[in-house]
Amino acid sequence: MASIFEKLGNTDRRIIFILIALAVIIPIITHLTFPNPVGAEPSRDMYEYVDAMPSGCNVLLSFDYDPSTMPELQPMAVAIVTHLMNKDINIVGMALWPQGASLGQEVMSSVADSLGKVQYEDWCNLGYKTGGGIMIVRLGSSMSAVFPTDRDNLPWEEIPMLEYISDLSSFDLVISLSAGDPGIPAWVMMAGDRFGVPVGGGCTAVSAPQFYTYLQTGQMVGMLGGLKGAADYETLVGIEGGPAVRGMAPQSVAHLVIMLFIVIGNVAYLSEKKKGGRG
Amino acid sequence: MRLVIPLAITFVTGMIMVLHFFVPHQPIKFLGDNLQEWYMIVASAAIFLGALNLMHVHLRKIKLKLKNWKYSPITIIGFLLMLVTGLIYGVTEGKPFDFMFMNLVAPMGATMFSLLAFFVASAAFRAFRASNWRATLLLTAAFIVMLGQVPIGAMIWDKIPLAKVWLMSIPNTAGQRAVMIGAAMGVVSTSLRMIFGIERSYLGGTD
Repeated sequence: MASIFEKLGNTDRRIIFILIALAVIIPIITHLTFPNPVGAEPSRDMYEYVDAMPSGCNVLLSFDYDPSTMPELQPMAVAIVTHLMNKDINIVGMALWPQGASLGQEVMSSVADSLGKVQYEDWCNLGYKTGGGIMIVRLGSSMSAVFPTDRDNLPWEEIPMLEYISDLSSFDLVISLSAGDPGIPAWVMMAGDRFGVPVGGGCTAVSAPQFYTYLQTGQMVGMLGGLKGAADYETLVGIEGGPAVRGMAPQSVAHLVIMLFIVIGNVAYLSEKKKGGRG
Repeated sequence: MRLVIPLAITFVTGMIMVLHFFVPHQPIKFLGDNLQEWYMIVASAAIFLGALNLMHVHLRKIKLKLKNWKYSPITIIGFLLMLVTGLIYGVTEGKPFDFMFMNLVAPMGATMFSLLAFFVASAAFRAFRASNWRATLLLTAAFIVMLGQVPIGAMIWDKIPLAKVWLMSIPNTAGQRAVMIGAAMGVVSTSLRMIFGIERSYLGGTD
């Protein structure tokens, strides 16, 4: 007869799936929330850098993601755009990923409507262009050569807020919300290292570890890593009940459940090992 | 000639781009800027190739009734629907393309990626074993990062987020930097080999 440890070690994966689903669904249904203290995280560095910028600055915001990573990156985009618009900083949106242009439009348009900002005066969306890093290098010599029109085919010359923007040096900060390649590395290497424009960004939690090198060297001014980074930014900006802060409770419970399963798996493994089984 | 011409193009364009990095003056600037635009045009053409390939693969699948062919008509219909809608109405906010993107493509894409959580949990349960001291160290680090990445970590012990930041900033950065420097040196070396015609596998050969 199989011991309890063996049974635990052979838990059907459907049970794991159900428990993970419940770990996410129950906190959402019950509106469970946890306080989200923001420590000395890269998200605070990002917030403080943006917060110190005077009004009237120009920020290039690149939406380098697609719907698959939207749950993590879209709340970041909302929080950053809200912060920038609250500070009367001009936002020029663009995308290195085809679907990022539509997601960026959705964010900028909805936040601008709620804050009374005007398209083409306070913000615009240049849309998507292919080419990744090479395209960024070209932006360093001429923006209008890469984007002769915006996403809605309005010519560059007819957009008032672009009158004094010629190339990347016209921007005080580049922010890349990045889900992969092309994304933050391309902006750091081309816009930051080659043209000297400060670069900040946000990325999925799974890709955050690789960008700590850029933070340590000062190649990035700050970074939002995953939903926690988005929740930190929402907290710092003062967005009440934002999607990222609300997402922290289901994510906390899901993490605990995963850790519990890892512990169970290891207890079963060590028990079998002790009995002279596998391992 | 079939070998010499591509090698000559690679050498000339490669050298122009290297010079363009160091020499911001004419005529190098003009040549470099134009080559960058050509790159964008060529990369755009790749999107058309991708679309044609998608159609070819799925039409062939339907024709030969290959495995899971029943999904192919849905792919083709979805592709053509988005294509035609975008061509007719444009991608402007509020138009049918934008509506379908935000209400169909976006939720489906997010759903697909969200499924990963289930498989990660299952895989972690089966594979994350403290089989030796190195694996145990990895497991401990993973637990600290998982707890530090959510508010509940600070509720358990307020030093956990600090430990997470230390792990990410010091040991992780050391490892990541080694990988990045190694990869960058590999890129430089391979690029030079291609520019000087030593590496020719991109031409379709074997050497």
